[in-house]
Amino acid sequence: MSSQIVSLDSFVASPSPVRGCASSSCGSSARPADVDPDVWEKIKDHPCYSEEAHHYFARMHVAVAPACNIQCNYCNRKYDCSNESRPGVVSERLTPEEAVRKVVAVAAAVPELSVLGIAGPGDALANWKQTRATFDAVRKVIPDVKFCLSTNGLALPDYADEIAGMAIDHVTITINAVDPEIGAKIYPWIFFDHKRRTGLEAATIFLERQMRGLEMLVARGILVKINSVMIPGINDAHLPKVNRAVRQRGAFLHNIMPLISDPAHGTHFGLTGQRGPTPAELKTLQDQLDGGAKLMRHCRQCRADAIGLLGEDRGQEFTLDRLPEFATCDPAPRQAYRAFVAAERGDRGAARADALRSVSAVADDVLLVAVATKGGARINEHFGHTREFQIYEAGPKGITLVGHRKVDAYCMGGFGEDATLGPTIAALDGIDTVLCAKIGDCPRDALAEAGITVTDAHAYDYIETAIGKLYAERFGRSAAVA
Amino acid sequence: MAMSINADDCTACGACESECPSKAIRFQGAVYVIDPKKCTECQGAADAPQCDEVCPSGAIAKAA
Ligand code: SF4
Ligand code: SF4
Repeated sequence: MSSQIVSLDSFVASPSPVRGCASSSCGSSARPADVDPDVWEKIKDHPCYSEEAHHYFARMHVAVAPACNIQCNYCNRKYDCSNESRPGVVSERLTPEEAVRKVVAVAAAVPELSVLGIAGPGDALANWKQTRATFDAVRKVIPDVKFCLSTNGLALPDYADEIAGMAIDHVTITINAVDPEIGAKIYPWIFFDHKRRTGLEAATIFLERQMRGLEMLVARGILVKINSVMIPGINDAHLPKVNRAVRQRGAFLHNIMPLISDPAHGTHFGLTGQRGPTPAELKTLQDQLDGGAKLMRHCRQCRADAIGLLGEDRGQEFTLDRLPEFATCDPAPRQAYRAFVAAERGDRGAARADALRSVSAVADDVLLVAVATKGGARINEHFGHTREFQIYEAGPKGITLVGHRKVDAYCMGGFGEDATLGPTIAALDGIDTVLCAKIGDCPRDALAEAGITVTDAHAYDYIETAIGKLYAERFGRSAAVA
Repeated sequence: MAMSINADDCTACGACESECPSKAIRFQGAVYVIDPKKCTECQGAADAPQCDEVCPSGAIAKAA
């Protein structure tokens, strides 16, 4: 059992010097200064809402909601809804009973599990009976799991009261426009009040109900995150206006996601050659909106049946055919894991404060760092095993997670091949330094040739501590000379 | 007088089932089917067949 308690093996491997306030009763020392204490209570264990929590806690989605009440031009109903999930994937659809079995089995095996979400594959509210039955049944078995759901918002005004009554404290609404003229280019139709409606009429009704739904949720104390899909030429220039509108109404986070458009997915946008934004366009827009509704740079557009820490998906380990007939969940490992995280967080909070001091002391040089991590906010993944680098920016504004970049783990067979290093180098374009737990000489040299420094000198350190040191080394001295 | 679902196009989302005022639609095997004896084409209940209005896949047509 004990091996399950801390299943992020890096935690055990890494030395954990206790400094500052590390008692488990004082988790608040890890609360970022710009987050309100009430809000922090709601999000501190939620990997999708809290950049801090996404290092420690896992979410799972159950695909109990296949139907939808609108059509989006970036969606093909053969696949999952792309508002919350990565487009072009198909999730394992479950009845509420099957979903409960799955949640219990996962909670027993993954003590990091803190959030259960219903995000599709259609719309959670267009399948309200299934959504509600799933949440109600899980609440009885595992009372400490938090619930969240994702919706397009059309049916939100009808269910806001029920949602509040069920202690669902997080809701995501996908809002791509606030002007019906723009909305009409994104939504060909909605089904509302027993009628399929199209064009401006559809967009007008829809956008009005989204805003009303947002207001109703905020009024009921529910944290609302807004997802917007960035569609170049259609709503990219409009999204700052969306950002202001949702911020005014009290949205807690605003997450800009890139349109993923592939003709093979058979979506309207895919088939008509509508392109998605480049990573640079996406970052420019996100930077422009910074300071608005807090932007969520760590979002991964996960599948409607994703399981695990963000950026990881253990869904395949828990398919229906692999579930035990009667799963039970022992609360002890879950509690032990939470106590461990509380201590680790206090420690990380102190380390982060130190690191920030070293950065803010110097000029406005900016360092872009890619980190290989398995979680726990530490540098604990081998370069060759990394499928996704977390990208941090260190500069006068502090050390912030600004995104992530996917690569194919090039060391698939335990043996790196040059053939696949090219794409990795391309994915790391613009990065100054890569931090990882270990790297071989060959790839290190190849990357050095491409102008990217890779180092394992900070293996198992906290990410922010290492970046702080790196920054001071790089700019501290030159600043002193200048 | 009935509608029917083309199994090739149906993605089994179930949206039609919950909209049908006549409880004529149910899940069978891999897709949804309409019971022609129960389907009223929504006459007297709605302006247009509800299943066809809501179906995202264009899977519903008048039964041949
Ligand atoms: S709405 Fe269309 S796709 Fe969905 S189950 Fe009914 S017929 Fe099939
Ligand atoms: S036409 Fe109306 S009554 Fe007939 S199956 Fe469709 S929704 Fe039901």
